[in-house]
Amino acid sequence: MRIGALKDSYAADQALFDTRVQRVWLAAGALLLVALPFVASDYWLFLACLVGIHVISTTGLNILTGYTGLVSLGQAAFMGVGAYTVGYCQIRFGTPFLLNLIAAGLVTAALGVLVGVPSLRVKGLYLAIATIAASFILHFVFQNWTAVTGGTRGLSIPPARMFGHDLARPQQLYWVILPFTLLAVLGAANLFRTRWGRAFIAVRDRDISAEVLGIPLLKTKLMSFALSSFYAGIAGGLWAYFFRVVTPESFPFVYSIFFLAAVIVGGMGTILGGILGAVFMTLVPEVLKLVVGWLTPVLPNAVALLAPVRTIVFGLLIIGFLIFEPHGLAEVWRRIRRFFHLWPFRT
Amino acid sequence: MAGRNVGAGNGQGAPVLEIDRLTLQFGGLKVLNDVSLAVPQGAVTTIIGPNGAGKTSLFNCISGFYRPKAGRVTFEGRDITAAPPPARAKMGLARTFQNISLFRGMTVLDNIKLGRHVHMTSGLLDGLLYWGRAEREEGAIRAEIEEKVIDFLEINHIRNRPVAALPYGLRKRVEMARALAMQPRVLMLDEPVAGMNREETEDMARFILDVKEEWGVTILMVEHDMGLVMDISDHVVVLNFGQVIAAGRPAEVQAHPEVIKAYLGAGDIGQLRARIAGEPAA
Amino acid sequence: MTGFDWLFFAEITLAGLGSGALLALTALAFVLIYKATRVVNLAIGEMLMVGAYLFFSFTAGWQVHWAVAIGLALAGGGVLGAVLERTIMRPMLGESPISTFMITIGLGSVLAGLVEIVWGADPARLPEFMGNAPVFIGEAYVSRKIAIGFAAAALVIIAFVVAFRFWRGGVALRATASDQGAAYSCGIDVPRVFSYAWIVAGMAAAGAGVLVGAVGGISPTMGIFGLSALVVVIFGGLDSVAGALVGGLVVGLIEAWAGTYLGGEYKMVATFGLLLSVLLVRPYGLFGTHEIERL
Repeated sequence: MRIGALKDSYAADQALFDTRVQRVWLAAGALLLVALPFVASDYWLFLACLVGIHVISTTGLNILTGYTGLVSLGQAAFMGVGAYTVGYCQIRFGTPFLLNLIAAGLVTAALGVLVGVPSLRVKGLYLAIATIAASFILHFVFQNWTAVTGGTRGLSIPPARMFGHDLARPQQLYWVILPFTLLAVLGAANLFRTRWGRAFIAVRDRDISAEVLGIPLLKTKLMSFALSSFYAGIAGGLWAYFFRVVTPESFPFVYSIFFLAAVIVGGMGTILGGILGAVFMTLVPEVLKLVVGWLTPVLPNAVALLAPVRTIVFGLLIIGFLIFEPHGLAEVWRRIRRFFHLWPFRT
Repeated sequence: MAGRNVGAGNGQGAPVLEIDRLTLQFGGLKVLNDVSLAVPQGAVTTIIGPNGAGKTSLFNCISGFYRPKAGRVTFEGRDITAAPPPARAKMGLARTFQNISLFRGMTVLDNIKLGRHVHMTSGLLDGLLYWGRAEREEGAIRAEIEEKVIDFLEINHIRNRPVAALPYGLRKRVEMARALAMQPRVLMLDEPVAGMNREETEDMARFILDVKEEWGVTILMVEHDMGLVMDISDHVVVLNFGQVIAAGRPAEVQAHPEVIKAYLGAGDIGQLRARIAGEPAA
Repeated sequence: MTGFDWLFFAEITLAGLGSGALLALTALAFVLIYKATRVVNLAIGEMLMVGAYLFFSFTAGWQVHWAVAIGLALAGGGVLGAVLERTIMRPMLGESPISTFMITIGLGSVLAGLVEIVWGADPARLPEFMGNAPVFIGEAYVSRKIAIGFAAAALVIIAFVVAFRFWRGGVALRATASDQGAAYSCGIDVPRVFSYAWIVAGMAAAGAGVLVGAVGGISPTMGIFGLSALVVVIFGGLDSVAGALVGGLVVGLIEAWAGTYLGGEYKMVATFGLLLSVLLVRPYGLFGTHEIERL
């Protein structure tokens, strides 16, 4: 907290961006985001879109794991549900893409409630195991419910249409993904300065006190899980419109580990953490691909190693950050800011 | 004589909380054995007793965390024995804990705002949107809390600090603030001055009395600090080995032979007094 | 229409009991760590897998005699347990249970990835060392491997239970499980108990891995066996040895019956169906302690 950043009204005290410096940075960031599609190469724009999708999913998981203290290993499977819902609606009904996305969110949220009701009654551990189980059962369903999911072949999804135009290239999808990402992040930031956001944190920190204050535990946990699933559904739906092909192998279990790592690496329980974690984790496989590319002359089999190396890196990131930097990149960022703010002084 | 409201003081009305023949058992251990007591409205009632007497267990039964084997808890005429803790909070029952139970991940202000949770109406969607209902409600409770609770308990200077950074005495005060934000009918305080020095105890005593007088809240306390108990209680109940052994005004209880036996052990009181006074044993 | 094929049913049941014993052994490894350190080790399946692959390396790769290889694999499992406890779990002492839990998730990933890098992604068979002569119980045929696996697992489990009850170390373990602080003040070296718990659990998991691999072959995805073991401990109670035994047999039977009568893909579905039922009806498990929290 900056010394001397005085507020003269309660509303000002509660605002999200309260100092002039923050607002300037915000404006600059907004400018950058708007300019990006015009200056960036296709590859970077592709990554930007993927980052956007991942930010939505990571923020959703952060709400559940970082803020409410419940571990889920089903985020990817739930995204799959959203992706298949979008695919099914687009192919079967041809409904507008916005509607399909909302439907994806709602269907996934409903599934979340279904999984959550038995597993949230006790300790948080049970939800984790239940989500692992859900991942497997959903994979089974994706493979075998051929009428809806197309079985092992999957679904080939026509592009989203807006005002008669097909949204097929990253340049175009960017303008759909960006607003959703911003809304998702803003929604989460808003939530945690209000009643239910605080209730989530209370349930994480000391659920007995929360009960004594009148917060119903099961209902609160279910709300958190439903909201997190909704985010996953939206992210999955956007994923489907982005990649245009959804198969049972699109959302493997390791992808759920990816999102858990993103939450931990970014910083659990902070909005900025969700963003930083998603950005970082999206870049990790790309960096690994680069490294494998360099190594291939020396190690001809390097490409085959990509998948397991990725898995190891995800695991190491989780372990490393939990042991050495439990507050994640958000905390690192805070330290960097502080350093520059105080320089040349140290404290 | 165990239990019933013996003698009323000023501003005390009909019992707002009644415990009727409560029995609590863990396996073979009877923690509470046929306990009955009545908490008069608008007064300070304190439960005392040696360690292990069952005081906190009684609190936990009233809060709803333990299910009694037998007996009833009645709150404002309604039987709440089977009601879960959140429901009791809604009815106006607030409570603090022996070990501080603030939410470490939040500031003082956010902790206190959680006290208002039962009285707020914003839903999840309102929260996500913020502008509109949630914003108005946040502003309203902020103003209320500032006036009624933060000023009252003199914690303005720490309102934005994370609770993890506060010293013990202030944390206890914040916990009380959070309970007050619930605007309760009955406030249960589990050892409110445990570990406090003289000054802090006096401050807390002042706050408790202010809450009783200005807010009209009924106070039910568990305490070991006999100075505090005797000074501010209107009604005292003594528990020993899970049973009520005395109840009444502080002075009555202090002179009650059963109570003296529980605290000092069996033996001739006259002898003890004589030895204290320095006279040769009779 | 022929009557219900009881013989076939008996054979499937026996096979289920066989795999159930292996599940029980794995669950026991999990319970051991949970009881001693209160850590929920989601990587137990991967530890099992490492044991199987170590055995594979020693017999198929280095041509070591299978009995020696078993010893080496067990030793390797023990070393793995010790290393994991010292390097990863010890720094997390005192952190929230959620964090420790998430670390074991990361650990599982790392182990799975390592196995795939070192040994490749293709499934493999372990060299035959148990012989092929079929075993008959009455008229029912039981695969020799499963019968031996059952016997081996049963022996180990019995040894465990006896040790728990009577050996000083077992008592120390139970004391640490109850109350770390109190155990410390009684002179029990708590960090050492932690180490031993992980070492023994590592060995048990490795042993189970060798048996599981012998029966069904090995692959980098065989860690999924750990998932069934998780269902076992939820069914039986996270801190209950008896629960691990009973639960192991029950889950083994259910998987065998579902796998045979409904189809191979339904095996896991049945297991998770059981999980769901347990969570709904008796979330603390058959014999688990419902912790009464001191408020």
